[in-house]
Amino acid sequence: MTTAEQEALIIRRGLPWWRLLLRDRFATAAALWLLFLAVCFLLGPEFFGKAATTLNLRVRNLPPGSLEHGWLMILGGDALGRSMLARLIVASQNTLTIALSAVIMAMIIGGILGMIAGYMGRGIGHIIMRFADILQSFPSLLLAVVVLYVLEPSVTNLIIVLAITRLPIYLRVTRAEVLEIRERVFVDAARALGGGRYHVLRRHIGPVVAPTLLTILTVDFSIVMLAESSLSFLGIGIQAPEITWGLMVAQGRNYLSQAWWLAFFPGVAIMLATLSGNILSNWLRIVSDPEQRWRLEAPRKNDG
Amino acid sequence: MGHFLGQRALHSGVALLGLIIAVFFLVRMTGDPTDLYLPIDASLETRKEFAQKHGFDQPATTQFVVFLKDILAGDLGYSLRKQRPAMELVLQAYPTTLKLAGVAMSLSIFLAIIVGAVAAYRPGGVFDRISTTASLAGASAPDFWVAITGILLFAVTFRWLPTSGVGGFSHWILPIGVLMLRPFGLMVQVVRASMMGALSSAYVKTARAKGVGEPVVIFVHALRNACLSIVTVAGDLAVGLINGAVIVETVFGWPGVGKLMIDSVIQRDFPTVQAIIMVTATAIFLMNVLIDLLYVALDPRIRHQ
Repeated sequence: MTTAEQEALIIRRGLPWWRLLLRDRFATAAALWLLFLAVCFLLGPEFFGKAATTLNLRVRNLPPGSLEHGWLMILGGDALGRSMLARLIVASQNTLTIALSAVIMAMIIGGILGMIAGYMGRGIGHIIMRFADILQSFPSLLLAVVVLYVLEPSVTNLIIVLAITRLPIYLRVTRAEVLEIRERVFVDAARALGGGRYHVLRRHIGPVVAPTLLTILTVDFSIVMLAESSLSFLGIGIQAPEITWGLMVAQGRNYLSQAWWLAFFPGVAIMLATLSGNILSNWLRIVSDPEQRWRLEAPRKNDG
Repeated sequence: MGHFLGQRALHSGVALLGLIIAVFFLVRMTGDPTDLYLPIDASLETRKEFAQKHGFDQPATTQFVVFLKDILAGDLGYSLRKQRPAMELVLQAYPTTLKLAGVAMSLSIFLAIIVGAVAAYRPGGVFDRISTTASLAGASAPDFWVAITGILLFAVTFRWLPTSGVGGFSHWILPIGVLMLRPFGLMVQVVRASMMGALSSAYVKTARAKGVGEPVVIFVHALRNACLSIVTVAGDLAVGLINGAVIVETVFGWPGVGKLMIDSVIQRDFPTVQAIIMVTATAIFLMNVLIDLLYVALDPRIRHQ
């Protein structure tokens, strides 16, 4: 067989997902970056926890780019002489924990409520949808500010608030999908064979809805991370001595004219993480869309 | 059409009422509202007097009736910080925010339509790839960080623009630029997607076959049909724009509603926070009704549904 025929065969069978990922350079870079962040998330506090809290007034506001004080000072020192790099790595844990927990919580609760709204009777569906209306028709940041005004600003409360503000998207999408899926033959069959509501939702409808929700999750991850950063920046999110990237920007803001790197690098960290999430979700959308998938599958001159 | 509009207005109205109830009971569920309303260092006598004056010693249902009556009368209490009616403070702050948001939104829509339409004209082309990446980056950037980096660059280092405050044209550039980032970034992608759909449709082919010029095909035939999704997203983004306004007003020191909100929260001025919520929710309610009217104007098919 010639290479062109082999290639055609592979395309017909469908490329494995990782080869489709490699076909898109931006998506590859984004995935690698998120992988790197995951490593920071898991191992960062273990290895850099000490370096992130060690004060050294001799390197206060040390400019970045010099290796004179060890490679940990490559991104400079903060106002108390702590290593910026170590602090960024340690802060990744809080930042990512909050964003991930919030989106996963929103997805699970929103998914369940959406299934109920779509599958059970119209009455309860209406109540749930009006609830989603309330949440969606009000600016999420103001909502979070009000709730954090009433509750204490802790990590747990922050996660709950962010999850609540993201609920409506999952709820609406799930409901719309369920409304369509429940009319399909396999659902009728499951019901005819005596499957109860809970069984049909969990075994037959849930798995069909899940991929869509996961795609939204990747976009939402970026949105929630930006929201948390904004809240922490405004001083009503995470409180010191806990750190997140957003709070680091806020702290660096006071030294803007003397030490720009204090606010600059945490902002870059936020931007790279959100951008990676957005790029990856774009790629996921293309892969899961049969009308666009060929863009990645089409054979190219150089690779393949 | 009347039925359609009525139903939408009813939905928004129910949402508004739900929000009012949620705010009222959330505050009372988490403890004594006197703690929320008064600053932390308020004395015991002040607290007692305040609780009695505002009826916090009465049952919650009685309080709610009084609360609703006050709202209907337009009375949302006195600001604890400024000793003025909270409503007055909010209405004073709103024009600034509306001006800021209005300019940012119209500029975003205008530019996004041009960029998105050109990108959709040749999907996968050089312009498309650049604009897609740039708009993604714009939508991913933390606005508060862009704001302070902008101040550092243009106001502190180059001294071209003022660091903050309200004033002439130069005061507007940075705040508007920062506020536009996210709506513009998201809107470009929406315009691109809906224009790609419209440009491959049969009526566009017909228009081309008739010999209509390309600019007219893009901006008259295709755009008209892409408008519906643009308006929908623009409405959602307008609500989100208030989030951006909170950040921009705080960073640039604009006396708008966002700054008032954050100041009131930090100084625990609850009547003002509550007034902001009410006014904002009502404004969004009105906007949603307006958008529904716009749908009908844009797409005659909706009238028959």
